[in-house]
Amino acid sequence: MVDIRLASEVPPFHIVADSTEPKHLVTPGSLITKETGFMRGHGTYMQDDCLYSSVAGVVERVNQLISVRPLKSRYHGEIGDVVIGRVTEVSQKRWKLDTNARLDSVLLLQSVNLPGGELRRRSAEDELAMRQYLKEGDLVSAEVQNIFNDGALSLHTRSMKYGKLSQGCLIKVSPSLIRRQKTHFHNLPCGASIIMGNNGFVWICPTLLDDGAGGFVQNLETVPHADRQAISRLRNCVTALAHCKMMIYDTSIMHAYDASVNAGLEIKDLLLPDKIKEIALMVRKQFEMEKE
Amino acid sequence: MAEILLSEAEKAFIHHGVQDDLRCDGRTRLDYRPIILETGLVSNASGSARLRLANSDILVGVKVELASPLPDKPQEGRLEFFVDCSANATPEFEGRGGEDLANEICRFLQRSYASGDTINLSELSVLTGQQCWVLYVDILILECGGNLYDAVSLAVKSALYATQIPSIKVATMDGDQPELELSDDPYDTKRLNTQNIPCVVTLMKIGNHYLVDPTPEEECCSSSGIVVAVSGNKKITAVRKIGSGSLHPDSLVSMLKQTGSEVGAVVNTILMKKLLEEETLEVSQKVGFMR
Repeated sequence: MVDIRLASEVPPFHIVADSTEPKHLVTPGSLITKETGFMRGHGTYMQDDCLYSSVAGVVERVNQLISVRPLKSRYHGEIGDVVIGRVTEVSQKRWKLDTNARLDSVLLLQSVNLPGGELRRRSAEDELAMRQYLKEGDLVSAEVQNIFNDGALSLHTRSMKYGKLSQGCLIKVSPSLIRRQKTHFHNLPCGASIIMGNNGFVWICPTLLDDGAGGFVQNLETVPHADRQAISRLRNCVTALAHCKMMIYDTSIMHAYDASVNAGLEIKDLLLPDKIKEIALMVRKQFEMEKE
Repeated sequence: MAEILLSEAEKAFIHHGVQDDLRCDGRTRLDYRPIILETGLVSNASGSARLRLANSDILVGVKVELASPLPDKPQEGRLEFFVDCSANATPEFEGRGGEDLANEICRFLQRSYASGDTINLSELSVLTGQQCWVLYVDILILECGGNLYDAVSLAVKSALYATQIPSIKVATMDGDQPELELSDDPYDTKRLNTQNIPCVVTLMKIGNHYLVDPTPEEECCSSSGIVVAVSGNKKITAVRKIGSGSLHPDSLVSMLKQTGSEVGAVVNTILMKKLLEEETLEVSQKVGFMR
């Protein structure tokens, strides 16, 4: 019922880099180079002809451009990314979504599909009916279409796989832990579906059936117990991987899931700090075995 | 206590999960999230404790001072609580945003300790009517991850358990004023009997069931709940209702009887066991804030 541990009993987790070559890690205020002739990129500043870093991260050098990529930062959008956002505001002809970026992303009315898949110009009635489709608090999966001048993302849901999300569980991790893959929508064999947004929002839900509703019909029936167990276990596995700073993608999640099932761990045991470390070590071992 | 937006479907998912006795993270309705505890962190306080309950991080420091007792209670010392919600904990606590919550927690703690069953304040008396020990308990909320009442009460209990009060000898002189002699040895201290200090259990009502240790998402789905202070000998010392919804008297009674005192008793026992275990550890195993 209650698990209380002393701080000295919690094992420290040693993060091991995936590649063996040493990376040039810097902290804010540390000197990068004294040589002149370099162009300053993001995350750097110049003082007395020397280049210093302003964020904690990895130094990246492209020809003459030096920039520092921070380890932990807000989501920086690229065109074509899949993101999951929560509606914070319904304005005229657009919705504002929170996507863990510096500014709220924008979902224009003309960028969503109308029910029934009609293709026509959006009228004043469509504008008044906006709240019936998406209101404050709703979750949407979308793709980045464009980036405005101020850095805000413009999203669109013009495909059957994007749209309003129904029942499930949302997990927030750091955006740098999500690997860029060909597809971010996965139907996992354990009985749940997962959407990994590039902005760090991971959505786990019961297996999506291939229907053409496009997210307009919300299914509020009770999810069966076995599906719910799979969703909870996946949620704890993703949180464990994020806690140990391991990359999150479908293979690593399935390795963590299988490791937790094979070790006979109960779902709530995956919240304990030593079990989190155990799962992460098993996933790492599995990857090393696969490499050989 | 942050305001979280949730969609209707997510709320329905949480409701059904509570009915099914399987919450989003796999816990049952009566399970707590893992708690990490450490005492003796702050070297210039008489007693201190740090408790982490998932995202919530609470630091408690206890300082003891001599003062005159209250005129209507000349044979008792007293406890003074102060809660500070740090602005780092959550954006809502910026500026004076955290004051209301801090005052609420403070007042509830004072009420739960007011009963005579919890702590024997006459242990804190030095000279009847003239001098007594006053324990200043300062609580700092470093990070807010839901379920603050529980975390604060467990941290306060641990800090009071670890508090060392210097022993004082009263040397009576010929004159009117008796002199108080503080012992030279810094380790010549006495400890309080903290067996019956209350632990607080928060129960939120979702649908027809109640949950222990709600996450911020679950708190958002629920409209009412109660906060119960349960002492070590299963007595309820204070009850408070939170939330804007209503509670039927029958459900209130069942929440108090079955869940409040049982869960509270289990938490108390396990906490006392862990505090005893920590005493046997060596000083070199202190972790502090580095991890």
